[in-house]
Amino acid sequence: MTESFSCPLPIQRHETIQMAHGAGGRFSQELMQRVFKPRFSNCFLDLMDDQAKLDLPSGRIAFTTDTYVVTPCFFPGGTIGTLAVNGTVNDLAVGGSNPLYLSAGFVLEEGFPLDDLERIAESMAVAARNAGVMIVAGDTKVVQKGSCDGIFINTSGIGLLRDDVSLSCRNLKPGDSILLSGSVGDHGMSIMTAREGLSFRSSISSDCASLNRMIAAVLDEVPEVHAMRDPTRGGVAAVLNELAVSSSVGIDIDETAIPVRDEVRGACELLGIDPLHVANEGKLIAVVPAQSAAKALDVMRRFDEGRQAVPVGSVTADHAGMVVMRTAFGSRRIVDLPLGEQLPRIC
Amino acid sequence: MKHIDEYRDPKLVSRLVEEIGKKSAGYWTIMEICGGQTHSIMRNGIDQLLPPNIKLVHGPGCPVCVTPLETIERALCVAAMPGVILTSFGDMLRVPGSEKDLFMARSEGADVRIVFSPLEALQIARDNPDKEVVFLAVGFETTAPANAMAVRQAAREGIANFSELVSQAMVPPAMRAILSAPGNRVQGFLAAGHVCAIMGWEDYEPVAEEFCVPIVPAGFEPVDLLEGILEVVEMLEGGRSGVVNAYGRVVSREGNCVARRVMHEVFEVADRPWRGIGVIPASGLVLRREYERFDAEKRFSVGHIAPLESPLCRSGEVLQGHLTPTDCPAFGRECTPQSPLGATMVSSEGACAAYFRYHRNPFVS
Repeated sequence: MTESFSCPLPIQRHETIQMAHGAGGRFSQELMQRVFKPRFSNCFLDLMDDQAKLDLPSGRIAFTTDTYVVTPCFFPGGTIGTLAVNGTVNDLAVGGSNPLYLSAGFVLEEGFPLDDLERIAESMAVAARNAGVMIVAGDTKVVQKGSCDGIFINTSGIGLLRDDVSLSCRNLKPGDSILLSGSVGDHGMSIMTAREGLSFRSSISSDCASLNRMIAAVLDEVPEVHAMRDPTRGGVAAVLNELAVSSSVGIDIDETAIPVRDEVRGACELLGIDPLHVANEGKLIAVVPAQSAAKALDVMRRFDEGRQAVPVGSVTADHAGMVVMRTAFGSRRIVDLPLGEQLPRIC
Repeated sequence: MKHIDEYRDPKLVSRLVEEIGKKSAGYWTIMEICGGQTHSIMRNGIDQLLPPNIKLVHGPGCPVCVTPLETIERALCVAAMPGVILTSFGDMLRVPGSEKDLFMARSEGADVRIVFSPLEALQIARDNPDKEVVFLAVGFETTAPANAMAVRQAAREGIANFSELVSQAMVPPAMRAILSAPGNRVQGFLAAGHVCAIMGWEDYEPVAEEFCVPIVPAGFEPVDLLEGILEVVEMLEGGRSGVVNAYGRVVSREGNCVARRVMHEVFEVADRPWRGIGVIPASGLVLRREYERFDAEKRFSVGHIAPLESPLCRSGEVLQGHLTPTDCPAFGRECTPQSPLGATMVSSEGACAAYFRYHRNPFVS
């Protein structure tokens, strides 16, 4: 009797990312077919060329890029994917452009669960749809286990610049109002409390959202806006400092005016972190001439992202390059740039 | 938010400020011991609210600031050894040794991890039996019980790959050193509320008596601080000394007996060098003989490392209340949070860092 003998067949369906998924062969194609194509499908991407050929109306375009390495890659209120789409969309929008097309480059660690990648891709597709942009080009690379932390995503984007506005961080004028679209610190504290090591859990959800629709509406009705920024890393403090330095003006803000959700405040108190230094991913700072502030706030409040929009301060000719906060007690203090990573204090 | 808003009530704050103004006739210099209090004073601009005859000076109670340079150097040396995981509270990582800090060590390949509790470091030791896990055990009486607990737990479970690089400090001997120093200008103290929560205030009574000063355990919120200041002012105006508690919701005379018991079981009192100040007798804690196998200094033979401080840094004078940070010639010039010369500019609780962050501009004096 001879045993029946058959050639061993390679495993056809993997549950985790293998080096072969980045090698450009059949596995890469399968990854494209299974994960990306069904979710990102559009007339440019579906051609599967090495480049997307885009039709753009004449005019100036804005172009930006950002790389996302957040850990954990799933957190309350978003994923690394929603962040990658919304972050790039927002970077385009705050410059006064209408975001149109994104590219997405993935660096995947060998062994990364395919289910997770699908969830991330799905979240990107939803975010892109919400923002009204298309993902028209992409790339995937796989690196050996230990060479990256699960998944890194780069997105680049282009948008069409409006010609009816002129936004710049050098535009601030004494007397301008500083408007903030909502509560600060939600994203950063959501990530920090979702990380291992903290023995408390919170219900803090990231504010990750695209702002382009709200921004477009504000600019439609208040084209005289002087500057817009989304206060991501470094928080509101970093953005206000950059604006003050770039325009050689001072900025006064009012502590009691800045919305901070109770959960965020509590977590910040416990960790000894200033909410103004904590990252946001769906907030807008707009600097507008004082007489346009009410109108701009009105428009912002029509959108979910801007429901809680408030004026938080004003631009002054005093203390150029500095941001000064009036405390709830009437004293004043400097609001400085955060220094690198936010570190919980000892006691 | 409960437990916060009531202690930050602007109306209550202005009433207390008014009361302090009414009660104070003389010129008084009061030291808040704790770096957390310094930070809160600067952040909330409490010093701006006080009448000009009340001067606050900032004490040595920032654990990061007074950790001697040799401890940082030893930590850097241990972290660079193969097979070591060095664990630490976050704000120690940025404290510069003579050439680098622990962040730089990490970027060079050392396994340096931020933990929120020494018990987390112990868990890392359990999870990595083939590694040596070292916890950088710094701090005052506030961190000592948990640091002691981790060692006791390691001993009970026989976790041989865990050790602590210990640099524990204690407040009362530092207060004695400040009061005994020639040129001392401190007339009353706000004692550190959280230290007193552990230790109670019995140890402060002999200090108050010997030096005829008021010592008032106080909290960290604006209302807490102002209530403490008001108490000190009333005592100074009335010519009274002694210890009066202004932080009743947290501090009791005997403190936390369980925490103290663990602390004394594992640690014993020893002389200790304070960065910028020098050795203060009986002001530190070291592991007792029966726990010395958990002493990283001995395990890794790094006790001999003794580097030199920058000659420009005058943090010792700042820590003793002799010098206001902005009066230091290096402040904001050679010495900034980006490139600190001394630890008082590094820690978020350090007096120099607090001044740089909140008050460096002359418009807020």
